[in-house]
Amino acid sequence: MIDLDDIDRAILRALVRDATQTAVAISGRIGLSQPATWRRIKRLRDAGILVGQRVSLDAAKLGFGVTVFLGIKLATKGRVSLDDFERAVTAIPEVQLVEHVLGLYDYRLRVVARDLADFERVLRRRVMTLPGVGDVEANVLLSEERRPGPL
Amino acid sequence: MLDDLDRRLLRQLQAEPTLTAAELGQRAGVSALKATRRLGRLLERGILKGQHAVIDWRALGYVVAVSLRITLDKTHARAFDEFLDAARGIAEVTEIQTFLGRVDVRLCVIARDMAHYQQIYRNQILALPHMADIEALMTVATLRDDESLPL
Repeated sequence: MIDLDDIDRAILRALVRDATQTAVAISGRIGLSQPATWRRIKRLRDAGILVGQRVSLDAAKLGFGVTVFLGIKLATKGRVSLDDFERAVTAIPEVQLVEHVLGLYDYRLRVVARDLADFERVLRRRVMTLPGVGDVEANVLLSEERRPGPL
Repeated sequence: MLDDLDRRLLRQLQAEPTLTAAELGQRAGVSALKATRRLGRLLERGILKGQHAVIDWRALGYVVAVSLRITLDKTHARAFDEFLDAARGIAEVTEIQTFLGRVDVRLCVIARDMAHYQQIYRNQILALPHMADIEALMTVATLRDDESLPL
């Protein structure tokens, strides 16, 4: 694990804001030479801290008007049912996120749909039919913001 | 509206965000110039909102991730605004979502270890205003997280 200094943190903040920036553009902003900036970025990649980039699309403009977070409790437990459940849930195209969690629920899902009727279809045909699925709680996303985190 | 080519380009870009316009064009079956123009149009229309670097917090020593599901005391007219403002002030909060459902707000909190988490929870989370109830889901494993839209 490497320790970050203020320059590393500034580079990470800049890339989280816009990952398409070149090392030249970033070096200008943080007042470091271009080769030094490039070396820093490479070091952050090699250390597994920078792990790629995410494309941000306007889901609503693309016809996906509804995002729902689901909490799922399994009705039956045991290694076999976990494997079956995980294999089936990760194959649903509308499911963007699957987290195995500890607490009131066993899994946390993020699901996109065109509208509430489409969500109901996904819920009934795909989610409620998953192997071992028990209680399901749905919360419809109203707003979302990502924070820079402890940088 | 979006045509087939737009969808093909966005699908390829979502799958591999670091591809150049030339590579994207090749995969979508058009010239680099045409791909560049189309992507430019998608940016202009706000459909493509940008690209963001992804940080692996575990590589920085933040191995604990907790979803806090919070119900607010809605008898206060400004409960949401005041809560969200205060939550933005906690560095270890990486995501804030609001919902329509049983839960009002979700915070994603990261910490170096359980002792660090407990310290954030006691000193900062419990000091947030207007909370009526709070529930925690601790992430054991993330099985899928790509936020791609099924275009």
